[in-house]
Amino acid sequence: MLKWVLTALVMTIPSLAAADFIILQSTTSTQNSGLFAAILPEFEKETGIEVRVVAVGTGQALRNARNGDGDVLLVHAKAAEEQFVEDGFGVSRSDVMYNDFVIVGPANDPADVTISDSVDSAFQAISDAHAKFISRGDDSGTHKAEMRLWSSAGFEPREHSGKWYIETGSGMGATLNIASSMGGYALSDRATWLAFGNKGDLKVVFEGDPKLFNQYGVIVVNPARHPTVKIQQAEQFFNWILGENGQAAIAAFMLGGQQLFFPNAPNQ
Amino acid sequence: MTGFGDSLQLAMGLILSGDESLWAIVFLSLKVSLTAVAIAGLIGMPFGAFLAVARFPGRGILIVMVNALMGLPPVVVGLSVYLMLSASGPFGVLQLLYTPSAMIIAQVLLVLPIVAALSRQVVEELYGEYREHFLSLGVAGVRTIPTLLWEGRFGLMTALLAGVGRAIAEVGAVMIVGGNINHVTRVMTTTIALETSKGDLGMALALGVVLIVLAISINAAMSFAARSSARYAYA
Repeated sequence: MLKWVLTALVMTIPSLAAADFIILQSTTSTQNSGLFAAILPEFEKETGIEVRVVAVGTGQALRNARNGDGDVLLVHAKAAEEQFVEDGFGVSRSDVMYNDFVIVGPANDPADVTISDSVDSAFQAISDAHAKFISRGDDSGTHKAEMRLWSSAGFEPREHSGKWYIETGSGMGATLNIASSMGGYALSDRATWLAFGNKGDLKVVFEGDPKLFNQYGVIVVNPARHPTVKIQQAEQFFNWILGENGQAAIAAFMLGGQQLFFPNAPNQ
Repeated sequence: MTGFGDSLQLAMGLILSGDESLWAIVFLSLKVSLTAVAIAGLIGMPFGAFLAVARFPGRGILIVMVNALMGLPPVVVGLSVYLMLSASGPFGVLQLLYTPSAMIIAQVLLVLPIVAALSRQVVEELYGEYREHFLSLGVAGVRTIPTLLWEGRFGLMTALLAGVGRAIAEVGAVMIVGGNINHVTRVMTTTIALETSKGDLGMALALGVVLIVLAISINAAMSFAARSSARYAYA
């Protein structure tokens, strides 16, 4: 009983102390890998501003922010981000960090993707073999990247939707769960892949092409559109994550002895 | 692949360990869902009773509507509440989005039709039994509602329990309007969804077991309360 009362008390504290908080619209890859849990406490300690992370796909994060439901964005779809700022919904955008995408697939590699010398030929191999490919299909950053890669390889996989090309319409983890149980290929960001706990028979079958580069950007939402945006705190976060301490915190985040995100904010 | 046995063991470990973040999540689940059911009960039980005893044109259609709304998809409710509470929506100024209050609002909308529809059924049956008695006392129509609600209180408990079950188990609505923010709006069901997406199926299943234990406890507690007050009432 005492435990309950104590828990009740503890629960009320954040809502009192949370007078100063910002909403960060971000992606599942950054959340699920544990990056935010590792770096945000440092920001909170330095500034006293609590960061509340809403982790959705990049497409949905941008849409939520367009509605004014967020103060700052950390997403990965550069073209869409620049469009967002151009349309007047964001004040400023900057590169913040990068990692890369990998193609994962069943260990026996039925489409012989492993021997591909480029990501174009890897996608060609999957398409030629009509091997199961599990797509996000959710307008997320990873999905946008996948569509770019297909078109660069000269294919329109959605013509085969429901046959060998499977659109899950869900997050990276859910998509990997399906790939794992169906024995299909999928494009994943490396962070989610490494943190993913249900790999089963899956392994990385292709990596390292420069086209698999995955840039993350940070954007402050424009208060001129939505007066509820906490511009001052949002800019504090923007400056912190691009500054020395934020960049160092990103570089220091390791999972299983491996660095997942590489800071690359332009020198300020 | 994690087996059910491992997950059961993990679930027991979680419950017994008194893990603080788990308890915070359990507590928020209870707070949100029980508040939502309480509000839905305060509105839904009198409304259901009104539907049972009042006679007015369109009553039949209204009853069909309420019954149909019992099957409202949580995602649709979540999306509607999101559009209402979004900064660019009509109630954006209240700044309720991504708070427990938003989750309560969404769950009230989900639970209300269930409580109202089941209350109507309970009260209607009771009204049939008591009608002669009411007539002899010279009361009729809506004036019988308070008495009927009191006499039907044990039946109405089932309506509330159905509401609790619906609220505590749904994930679609609270995910959208709460945002699954750690320490702020993360509840049992959204945590399970999160662990599933991390591929930690064992943990997800273990949390599912905790949720089921929670649901059983609530039901047991409410039934126990009802039964002991019934004993008291007839003593």
